[in-house]
Amino acid sequence: MAREQRIKVTVNGQGHDKVVPVRLSLADFIREHLHLTGTHLGCEHGVCGACTVSMNGRSVRACLTLAVQADGAEIVTIEGLRQADGTRHPLQQAFHENFALQCGYCTPGMLITALELLRDNPNPSEQEVREALSGNLCRCTGYQAIVDAVMDAARRMQPAAT
Amino acid sequence: MRRLWARGKAARAAVRVARRGVQFGAGGKIEVATPVKPAWFDYYAPRSVDEALRILDDAGRDGRVLAGGQSLMPMLNLRVVSPAALVDINRIEALDRLHVGSDGLIVGALVRHADILRNAALREGWPLLAEATSLVAHPAIRNRGTVCGSLAHNDPAAEHPSVLVTLDGTVVVAGRGGRREVPAETFFTGMLSTALEPGEMVVEVRYPRPPAGTGTAFVEFARRLGDFAIAGAAAMLTVRDGVCERARLTIVGMGEGPFRARAAELALTGRRLARNGHEDAFAEAVAKVVEAVNPSNDVHASAAYRRHLAGVMARRALDAALARAGGV
Repeated sequence: MAREQRIKVTVNGQGHDKVVPVRLSLADFIREHLHLTGTHLGCEHGVCGACTVSMNGRSVRACLTLAVQADGAEIVTIEGLRQADGTRHPLQQAFHENFALQCGYCTPGMLITALELLRDNPNPSEQEVREALSGNLCRCTGYQAIVDAVMDAARRMQPAAT
Repeated sequence: MRRLWARGKAARAAVRVARRGVQFGAGGKIEVATPVKPAWFDYYAPRSVDEALRILDDAGRDGRVLAGGQSLMPMLNLRVVSPAALVDINRIEALDRLHVGSDGLIVGALVRHADILRNAALREGWPLLAEATSLVAHPAIRNRGTVCGSLAHNDPAAEHPSVLVTLDGTVVVAGRGGRREVPAETFFTGMLSTALEPGEMVVEVRYPRPPAGTGTAFVEFARRLGDFAIAGAAAMLTVRDGVCERARLTIVGMGEGPFRARAAELALTGRRLARNGHEDAFAEAVAKVVEAVNPSNDVHASAAYRRHLAGVMARRALDAALARAGGV
C-alpha cells in the first residue's frame, strides 16, 4: 500500500497540491512542507495547544491531525490572520498592546483559539475567556495579560454603534 | 490519553528518536528525514461502513479505527500503539448522525463533543450527557473528539463511559457478521478495555430518555479545568411524591473504568428524600461508595485520596441531582 498520498488543501486562502507521507501530521506538513513556521509544536500529543490551527472553521490540534485528513480542507494558521495590506488582526493588535506575550511560543495557538471563541461568542465574560483558553499552556505570562488582550479584542471587534 | 504520556521509558525514547528525524535508510545508511512520529501504517479512508468493516476484518488485531483521534493520535505519536492498518472513518457520512427522538437519543460514531454541546434539544432531554461533555478537555479537543471514540477507548478517568452506564445506554457494534447491541454495563470490561472484538467498530450509541421527575448531575475534580478527573460522579435520581423511585450512581476515576455504586443505589431506592429526609439517605449512600470503590495509587493521587474524593463527588452529584429532580 502506498505510503504517500496526494492531498489538495487550502491554507490561508492559497491552494496547495502536495504528495505527503500518510503518517505525517498536519503540523509537520504546515511547518516542513509549506514552510509556515508560525505554527509551533510543543508537546506533540495534544496537551499544550501551541499547534492549534483552524480547520474548516474549527480549532484543531495540528499535532493530532494527519496531513492526509486535511485533504480538501480549508486551513487558517497564524500567518493568515494579518490582512493583505499588512495590518494586524484586532486580536494581534490587542495582544501587542496588552503585552500578552513574552517568549511568544504559545501565541499562535492562543490567537487561533481566541479567534474561534470571539466568532462563536463575540461578547465573552472573563470566565468564558479563561475556559476557552484552558487548553493552551503559557509558561511565561501567568495568563492575565492574555485574558486582558482577548477581552480588549472583543471590544475592538464589536460592530460600531449606529 | 493525557495520562499515558507518562507511561514507560521506551515510549519516551521512541519519541526522542522520532523527534531527531533520523531514520535508517537503505543499506543501513543514516539519513535525515522529515520529522514524523508514528510508526508506518497503511492508511485507509473508506466511504462506507461496509468498506471499513472489510478492511478491519482483513486487518484483525492489527487494525485500529481512527475517529476524532484525540486519544489514538497521541498513542501513535508516542508509539504506545503501532497498528499495521489505520482505518480513518471521518469520510463516512452515515456516521455523522445525531438523532434526538421522543424516546431516545442516537449518537453516531462521528458526532463530536462540540456537536453534543451545540444541540439545544439534546441539552434539554439529556442534561447529564451535556453537563459531562462540557467537562471533556478543551475546545479544540472537543471539536475533533467523538463520544463513541471515548467509549471505545474507555479511559478510567473519562466522562462518557460513566454517563452511558448511568443512563443505561446501549452501544451498537458492527462487524462483518452483522450488528449487535451491547448494554453499557457489559461493554466496559476493564481499564482501556471493552467488549469490542478485533474487526469490529462502534457505529452508534443510544441513550433512552430519562423518565419524568428525574434529576441528574455530573461532577468531577481535576487539578486544572479540562484535565482528566482524579475522581468524579454521575448521579440520576427519579423522585415521585418525595420518594426516590430509582437511583443510579456511577463513580469516575477508580481505575477499571466506570464504577457503578450498586450498594449506594440500593440504599437510596424507596427512601423518602423530601423534607430533609435525603440527609440520612445520602450520608448512607456516600458511606457505601467509600466502602465499595477500589482505587489504586498513581502519580496523580494516592488511593486514600481518591477514595475520599469518590465520597465527596458522590455527595455533590446526589445533592445537585435531587435539586434538579423537582417533586420534593
